[in-house]
Amino acid sequence: MAGHSHFSPANVEEHFEFSSEGKKRIIYGFIAGIVALIIGIYLLSKGESGGHEVAAAGHEAAKAGHEAANTGHEAAGHLSGGAASHQPAAEEHYDWTNRIWANVWLNAVFFTGISVIGMFFVSLQYLAKAGWSSVLKRVPEAFPKFLYVTLPILLAVFFFKGDVIFHWMHHGVTEVGSENYDKIIAGKSGYLNKTFFIARLIGFGAIWLILWNMLRKKSLEEDLVGGTEIFTKLVRIGVAFIVIFGLSSSMFAWDWVMSIDTHWFSTMFGWYMFSSWHVTGLAIITLTVLLLKDKGYMAYVNENHLHDLGKFMFAFSIFWSYVWFSQFLLIYYANFPEETIYFLERWEGHNKIYKTSEILNILFNFFFPFLVLMTRDAKRTRIFLKIACFFIISGHYIDFYQMIMPGVLGPHGGYGLVEFGMLTAFSCAFIYVISDELTKASLVAKNHPFLPEALHHDI
Amino acid sequence: MSSTNNYILGVYDDEDEVLHAVSEVKSKGIKIEEVYTPFPIHGLDTALGHARTRLPIAAFMFGCLGLVCAQALINYTMVFDWPMIIGGKDFFALPDWIPITFEGTVLFTAFGLVTTFCISNDLYPGKKPEILDIRITDDRFVMAINVDKNKKSAADIKKALKDSGAVEVNVK
Repeated sequence: MAGHSHFSPANVEEHFEFSSEGKKRIIYGFIAGIVALIIGIYLLSKGESGGHEVAAAGHEAAKAGHEAANTGHEAAGHLSGGAASHQPAAEEHYDWTNRIWANVWLNAVFFTGISVIGMFFVSLQYLAKAGWSSVLKRVPEAFPKFLYVTLPILLAVFFFKGDVIFHWMHHGVTEVGSENYDKIIAGKSGYLNKTFFIARLIGFGAIWLILWNMLRKKSLEEDLVGGTEIFTKLVRIGVAFIVIFGLSSSMFAWDWVMSIDTHWFSTMFGWYMFSSWHVTGLAIITLTVLLLKDKGYMAYVNENHLHDLGKFMFAFSIFWSYVWFSQFLLIYYANFPEETIYFLERWEGHNKIYKTSEILNILFNFFFPFLVLMTRDAKRTRIFLKIACFFIISGHYIDFYQMIMPGVLGPHGGYGLVEFGMLTAFSCAFIYVISDELTKASLVAKNHPFLPEALHHDI
Repeated sequence: MSSTNNYILGVYDDEDEVLHAVSEVKSKGIKIEEVYTPFPIHGLDTALGHARTRLPIAAFMFGCLGLVCAQALINYTMVFDWPMIIGGKDFFALPDWIPITFEGTVLFTAFGLVTTFCISNDLYPGKKPEILDIRITDDRFVMAINVDKNKKSAADIKKALKDSGAVEVNVK
């Protein structure tokens, strides 16, 4: 039995080599993404004439949506002009460049989530004092490096183009007497204001990075020193991060995504976005481990560890479905117009341009992972795991698309070269930064006290 | 099973030893009936060459049955037999039914699985325990070999067990 072979830490240290060929390929991918993006932007700027048909049809659909919403509004009484008034506001401010900023925001939020989940995963393993994951913990440990890219992007987009993304930043919405004055938004301005938003973004973002740097430093120190003292310190950092993340992930969900549909709110949104981030992060971790294994690294990660990662993906796909559906069911059942508008927009509104994504969202994020990863063998077979990773990652990109685009772009959204180029550019940047970070440490934390346990992991 | 003198029992006092003994005894061409242990030992199933349980397949089937039954029940009561409008929704209001469908699926899976497990392991209320050696509930590991199912002689088997590190060899 392999489990009985004696293992000495010296023969397991392994360094990932980020070859110049690999670097070149990723840079080419990045350039291709940028080129696609530029072509997309060019077409978008030209497309004002060609795209009018679509836009006009979208207007009609929006009107139909308004009528549907207005019938509900009679019942809602004082709330009329509440939820549905977001759309005319968005149309007034619409400019073809909005789609570019919406895409930057979408990808920045998506990749921030993936990066921070790396930290969350490691912290969770320390909190639970889990052994099995110590063989692969260097992979998620590298992810938060990308926060150095995404957090400044989020900050910059908010600072310069925040009014494109957020209805509550439109001029005059909180000023009494202004023609844009909106009582509901004014009521929320104690929380939703520029200063407090930036303070949260910088504050929590900085804490994330500080804790990650502490964890990373200690973790690398452990490679040299050994012993169990550092482990207990790492547990403490993990616990601190989990507490901070519990608070900040919810707040960022309200800030970055939920406040786009400013009138609308859902008490489940923090969980909803966290679950989406988490399962995507798990899929990226799994995919990274699989790709490293394909390259001949991490031979000590066997199907037992992959099985655990598969279970994680399976479980959290179901968790996401549970949260998504709970949010939907409550809104559907209660049938308040100011709440149902959210799903109406995504299902029937805007000339039904978001309907396909909404269906794919459920198929990719619930049915496919559920069916693909159900059996034990599938969770232990690399190709099935890769298929599941593909569905989960692309599905949750669509999920974030559905959270952000209908609110920001309304009838002007769509899938085109801009979306493709932006996603490609961000993905290549992510792969580059993470690969580079992976080279900086041994792929296995060779002095992790639970490493022998992980190497004997058998399920 | 009891006192037919068909069984040769090798008693071990260490889980690692019994695990090694399994491969050692098997390599001598002796068929092992079963190994009894006070707690699960990792890798024992593999060493014994046991086929994997088919319970997950049963679980899936019971889940499907539960899904169908729950849907059938709700459809019969809420759409067919006595249509009711609840909350202004359609008679066939699928989202409303998902929680019940889910619960039905889980209920059928759980009960079906426990029942299947008990039947396949020959367990039922009032069943007399068949314990070959009472110490397997405490600190001993027992390898049971059915003499009738083996071509080797009882003496050979006893010797193989002793050689593999058994602290005692009994016949039952």
